[in-house]
Amino acid sequence: MKYVSEYRDKESALKYAALIRKLVTREWSIMEVCGGQTHTIVKYGIDQLLPDSVNLIHGPGCPVCVTPVELIDQAVAIAGLENVIFCSFGDMLRVPGSWSDLLGVKASGGDVRMVYSPVDAVHMAAGNPGKEIVFFAVGFETTAPVTAAAVLQAEHLALDNFSMLVSHVLVPPAIEIILSSQDCAVQGFLAAGHVCTVMGYTEYEPIAEKYGVPIVVTGFEPLDILEGIHMCLQQLEEGRVDVENQYLRAVSREGNRAAIEIMRSVFEVTDRKWRGIGRIPGSGFRLRERFSRFDAGKKFKVSSHEVDEPEICISGEVLRGNKRPFECVAFGRECTPVHPLGAPMVSSEGACAAYYRYRLARTNNE
Amino acid sequence: MCLGVPGRIEEISGNDDPIFLTGKVDFGGVLREVILAGIKDAKVGDWVIVHAGFALNKLNEEEAYEVFDYLRQISEFGRIELEDTDGISGRAEVVEKG
Ligand code: SF4
Repeated sequence: MKYVSEYRDKESALKYAALIRKLVTREWSIMEVCGGQTHTIVKYGIDQLLPDSVNLIHGPGCPVCVTPVELIDQAVAIAGLENVIFCSFGDMLRVPGSWSDLLGVKASGGDVRMVYSPVDAVHMAAGNPGKEIVFFAVGFETTAPVTAAAVLQAEHLALDNFSMLVSHVLVPPAIEIILSSQDCAVQGFLAAGHVCTVMGYTEYEPIAEKYGVPIVVTGFEPLDILEGIHMCLQQLEEGRVDVENQYLRAVSREGNRAAIEIMRSVFEVTDRKWRGIGRIPGSGFRLRERFSRFDAGKKFKVSSHEVDEPEICISGEVLRGNKRPFECVAFGRECTPVHPLGAPMVSSEGACAAYYRYRLARTNNE
Repeated sequence: MCLGVPGRIEEISGNDDPIFLTGKVDFGGVLREVILAGIKDAKVGDWVIVHAGFALNKLNEEEAYEVFDYLRQISEFGRIELEDTDGISGRAEVVEKG
């Protein structure tokens, strides 16, 4: 496919790997923030192409993985209500709450549906006036514009049977939490390309400066990631600290103003709890007051309370990049993609699921 | 989750409210209806990056092959022997074409 397959060229990948080997003189740790990048890295074995002195740390960049259990419980409770059609992206359906996941609700007769876009849920609401359509809005800045567009469409159509449970999260505050922690080993970042396609990268400039870490906005294909790593290592080796843009074909410094405007007209910044990490100030979006009638949390008064994760699951450490999935005693034993104990095993972009799928399977075959 | 797929705008359907501006986008032969409300001056033939049915931004076609230019530049600049990839090719069987 044009603009996709070129960036998987094996020969160029090997050249990048060779250049990286020539470049590095010491050990470096780089974090890729986004789960989509983690997926590419593990799938294509990019980490195995790198010299041992370059350590890739997988970051918390999977919105499915960081959605707090309380919110999953709230979703499960709403999805179980009579007359509700509960819609969500596919990955959310299997995320374990404290007593069930959304697929469990479906199995016991609830109407839970997977949609490709929140706008599909708006169409569903327009076509089913007797039903309540609820959309579970998770995602980073990449997804917030389309969620916002869905709300604006619902408003325009004067729908009173459409609402959403909003759990949008924002990347820069999470990067700051990681960098400001005492035991932070991260020396450079690959920022998430599609988040920056919308937002641009001006927000990252003060972060790079404050913490003295290079940040390279990076795409998702194998060559993008190798180029991003090379650019980041070059800065580290030269002692430079800049925000650079590898993903030139999709990202400009200012981002896409039109998309940002749509997003900002519907959402405002709020504090949000991240599963495995805790509350991060200013790290989420909620609906503005003007749109509160589309807030499913207000519309359906279901109770939810703070919940603890299963003790055996070290997903918090995994999401912060302090531990690898292999270091979890439950990995591949009690915890598998079919029976996930923690969220990083659920989403295909979660670090645990990526290691299970591409590493465990391969080791077993050898 | 943040998956974005490049596609080419084939058709634009206007609407009086810009939030309903949509178009048919071709993803390697598969056509899909996509919201173009976030694309300024969208035109048939433009390439866009699409996520969950929403075009995030135009794709800058001039920059599309920068990843190969950079490779050429840095290797010429550093006069690096690019044939010297033997030691790692064995590990790279997973980097596939297409
Ligand atoms: S393998 Fe499972 S139990 Fe262990 S950290 Fe990952 S999600 Fe949690």
